[in-house]
Amino acid sequence: MEDQTRFKGLHISDQLAGEITRTEELAYELKISEVMTQNPITTSIEMTMEAVLNTFRNHRISGAPVLEGEKLVGVISIEDLINSLRKNDISSPVKKYMTTSLVTVRETDTVIEALKLFVHTKLGRIIVINSSNQLAGIITKGDVTRGILKALDHDYKEEEVRRYRASHLFEDISSDRSSLILRYTIKVGDFTRGGSASSNIKRALLRMGANPQLARRCGIAIYEAEMNLIIHTTRGGIIRVEIEPHQITMQATDEGPGIADVDLAMKPGYSTATQEVRELGFGAGMGLVNIKRCVDWMQLESTPGVGTKLKIKIFLKEEDTVGEGYPSTKESIKDESSGNNKSFGA
Amino acid sequence: MNLEELISIVGGCLHTDGADLSREIKGGCGADLMSDVLASIQPEAVLLTGLCNPQVIRTAQMADIAAIVFVRGKQPPQETIDLAIEERIPLITSPFGMFELCGRLHRKGLPSLEMPVEKEPCPGD
Repeated sequence: MEDQTRFKGLHISDQLAGEITRTEELAYELKISEVMTQNPITTSIEMTMEAVLNTFRNHRISGAPVLEGEKLVGVISIEDLINSLRKNDISSPVKKYMTTSLVTVRETDTVIEALKLFVHTKLGRIIVINSSNQLAGIITKGDVTRGILKALDHDYKEEEVRRYRASHLFEDISSDRSSLILRYTIKVGDFTRGGSASSNIKRALLRMGANPQLARRCGIAIYEAEMNLIIHTTRGGIIRVEIEPHQITMQATDEGPGIADVDLAMKPGYSTATQEVRELGFGAGMGLVNIKRCVDWMQLESTPGVGTKLKIKIFLKEEDTVGEGYPSTKESIKDESSGNNKSFGA
Repeated sequence: MNLEELISIVGGCLHTDGADLSREIKGGCGADLMSDVLASIQPEAVLLTGLCNPQVIRTAQMADIAAIVFVRGKQPPQETIDLAIEERIPLITSPFGMFELCGRLHRKGLPSLEMPVEKEPCPGD
């Protein structure tokens, strides 16, 4: 309900909506201690209101916690100062005009607690205390805004830096043919973690600047292959992905049991999966068919009792290149991409 | 249709805090076989399914699915919710069945984002 009033009258674009969400998340993530002003200007109870006036003026502040020794006893604000001025009483001590009913937050609370208090109390600043109820700092709306902006900027920069580094990988390395190889060990029967290798592969491709459709095709193909290793092998297997500017080669290798009839395995709807696997939503006999649909080239070699090797390739068009290092001459890549589409060995 | 409207149409509840309710849902797909989902679904669709295991989230991530609705009141296990939060995929549980939900969403103008398979000749043709 609060949201409706908060954003009332504000045109919320898609971009803004995304940022609001992240900002709101940050309000729940950031600790008050991370955004507050530490060691704020304080006054003592014996200080005169005139001295307070000078302190406020010199430090350009409009309020300060009041201490008696180490102990937090109150807060003095510009309103209290005006009060004393009106009564022509600025030589009186702070203790006569300070507010003693304190609104505080703990430094270990999240920023959202301070935001709630700003709304409910209409205060401009809230005192922050530590676990032994001593003054730890002071928090204003400005502190919250600055803290969140800084965190947003940091988040953004982190992903940008990762993307930048990854997308220029091949540009900075000079060789006749550069490639990046990712390897993952897949355990048989590991349904809970199943798909995490594919998830990392898709993320790596996106960071390297692959377009989303391409990353999606690779992700779907390798995910089906990863699930096959989990479901059908005796000891799991290895996924190996080689990323080159002009092509992505993915390989799933295992040591058995092997596929007796590869042509039959390729038939839509044919499956040897158990009922248990089917209940998980797999084993419909569509895995290899799906893989074939997603890739430009596929080779399936299997020997019963020895193992299976699935090799797939996706060729990249120049505009889709990953890593900014597409070969300048087509000749240099001709060796692998010519002919031989969708070949199946036995 | 955005996520907030979708939740209200399916009469569901959201399991993943912090989801972007203004996220646009471009269409729908209903299936319990993950390979069918991977084979047929186009990006940014809502997936209606009766399966609640973490593989559903992985499937969603691979296929760029915008949200998942569990049909017939199915409650996802914690590991599914955790993975969904990590991958920022909203999870919704609806008390209604698959047919009812597809109908409700379709009636409100949500198109199908399922690609059909190539038509084989019918038996006897």
